[in-house]
Amino acid sequence: MNPTLDKFLGGKQGAIGLAVLATLILVVFPLALDAFRLNMVGKYLTYAFVAVGLVLCWGYGGILSLGQGMFFGLGGYCMAMFLKLEASDPESTKIQSTPGIPDFMDWNQITELPMLWQPFHSFGFTLLAVIGVPVILALVIGMAMFKRRVGDVYFSIVTQAIALILTVLIIGQQGLTGGVNGITDLKTLLGWDIRDDSSKMILYFINAFLLFGCILLGRFILASKLGRLLMAMRDKEERVRFSGYDVASFKIFVFCVAAAFSAIGGAMFALQVGFMSPSFVGIVPSIEMVIFAAVGGRMSLLGAVYGALLVNFGKTYFSETFPELWLYLMGGLFIAVVMYFPNGIAGLWESHGRKLLGKLSRKPAPLAAPAPPPEAPATSSQPRELETTP
Amino acid sequence: MSQPSAFQMPKPVLAIEGLTVSFDGFKAVDDLNLYIDRNEVRVVIGPNGAGKTTVLDLICGKTRATAGSIQFENRELTKMREFDIVRAGVGRKFQNPSIYENLTVFENLEMSYPKGRKVWGALFFKRTAEVIERVEQIAAEIMLSDNLHLQADLLSHGQKQWLEIGMLLMQDPALLMLDEPVAGMSVSERAQTAELLNRISKGRSVLVIEHDMEFVKSIAHKVTVLHQGKVLAEGSMDAVQSNPKVIEVYLGH
Repeated sequence: MNPTLDKFLGGKQGAIGLAVLATLILVVFPLALDAFRLNMVGKYLTYAFVAVGLVLCWGYGGILSLGQGMFFGLGGYCMAMFLKLEASDPESTKIQSTPGIPDFMDWNQITELPMLWQPFHSFGFTLLAVIGVPVILALVIGMAMFKRRVGDVYFSIVTQAIALILTVLIIGQQGLTGGVNGITDLKTLLGWDIRDDSSKMILYFINAFLLFGCILLGRFILASKLGRLLMAMRDKEERVRFSGYDVASFKIFVFCVAAAFSAIGGAMFALQVGFMSPSFVGIVPSIEMVIFAAVGGRMSLLGAVYGALLVNFGKTYFSETFPELWLYLMGGLFIAVVMYFPNGIAGLWESHGRKLLGKLSRKPAPLAAPAPPPEAPATSSQPRELETTP
Repeated sequence: MSQPSAFQMPKPVLAIEGLTVSFDGFKAVDDLNLYIDRNEVRVVIGPNGAGKTTVLDLICGKTRATAGSIQFENRELTKMREFDIVRAGVGRKFQNPSIYENLTVFENLEMSYPKGRKVWGALFFKRTAEVIERVEQIAAEIMLSDNLHLQADLLSHGQKQWLEIGMLLMQDPALLMLDEPVAGMSVSERAQTAELLNRISKGRSVLVIEHDMEFVKSIAHKVTVLHQGKVLAEGSMDAVQSNPKVIEVYLGH
């Protein structure tokens, strides 16, 4: 096989895992679920972008960011600003005292579109900003932290603080951001109504393809020397530094990649759900996203997607049934993951599921580890079964 | 001390002059002068707390000097960043074997190949025939040819030490610094390590910290005794061992 293609697919194992997940997301869900539930899955999959990014920067790079919500949020806000401007044409806002500006600005006695919003009339600029703004923020945070060798728990706390600051800032600038309600009532994308069922279906598929794009890109990074360097840095940072590498630059890179993935998720969230608010920026959503990655398996790109789906299905189910208990369950789940199955679903699959599958197919069980090929040392373990589909 | 006829004598690879570092007023290294020549194997010995490891830390940039200079091939190291020092040709082995346990021996060695050291370079790094050849050559040198595709944490303690030395050799450093390379090794492993050092010291300078006197005897061209951050004695192994000051320091108290 073409070696580059092989890098993207992650070998035979990786290709099978990917095919199973693709079947689930692209065939099973669209056929089995009604439009409302499918849209909900689409929403969960936007969180999967963040979880996939966290596998790269936390699982492999050892950088635990508890502020990924800020990148998700910024990507989402950039997209929402564009959509809001489109929804606020003078015709449909003629009852406002200043027609042609977003409704919440009008409520805040703003009479002119702020400078910050002007470029978001352009779709091209918006697409650029969706990725660019979060990546620049990640770059600044990364340079400030990693060049000074702020790491481990200190880094986590700083990211948490920045996420909090960003939330406070967004809520405080009501006239500019829509405050605590966020940017709501998004209607069309370049004249195309994004609210009806058929467009939601199309957006679901766009979202899924982008997610697979991110997974493949992630695989490419992990299969490269850079992927091995990330693991090496996580375990023996000094050795890497004294082998002639600028450790900080690799950390900044992977942190920026994770930020870009999160931002794409955020933008797709705004498109599919039709609003963006500060409740996706702060500490709680950021930590939830870490839990998705942890439950799925922080060393597995595909596991992260299952984690995001599973935890969110659980959240929806339990918060509909026992609304008070959900937070405790979520906390319990995280503790259980950390204490009993640190590699998440993917780890469980590696240790138990594969064996089970071997027994079921009645073939002699394959040898535990038939000397992995040198190209694929610690390739992420992928759960290949459909874990649960409520 | 400056050397009066510098133009006649070969310039030292490493020239440390007036090097001082103090931690909260405690001088771990105090006005140290040390010169290492090309192709020389120098062993630094001294009681615990003499400042041996600190000297290595200072050379490789892990610790910053309070005063003094470290000239390596006419470049001042005290102001350079760690990875620039490595790229200039200084390799350093840590006291505890510091290898990447999750990777194979091959990958461990490949990681130190001096290409693809920047983000984009590493992303698009290709395992060319040249890389493979170099890895195999170094693996043969460090006696790990048969274990190339073994995960590194399955190696014995001694083999891990060799692997780390091999990782340094991948970079072909002009100055190789080893912190207690035979600590925890069996007698036969020590002998093999001594042979290894004698082989690899051709064409480069080696600075070793070691406690094991038998081993020191088998490799050292010259021995420097450190005591309280200062050079107490310097010379051949025999001369140093019969030096009354050295005996006093080792047997005193």
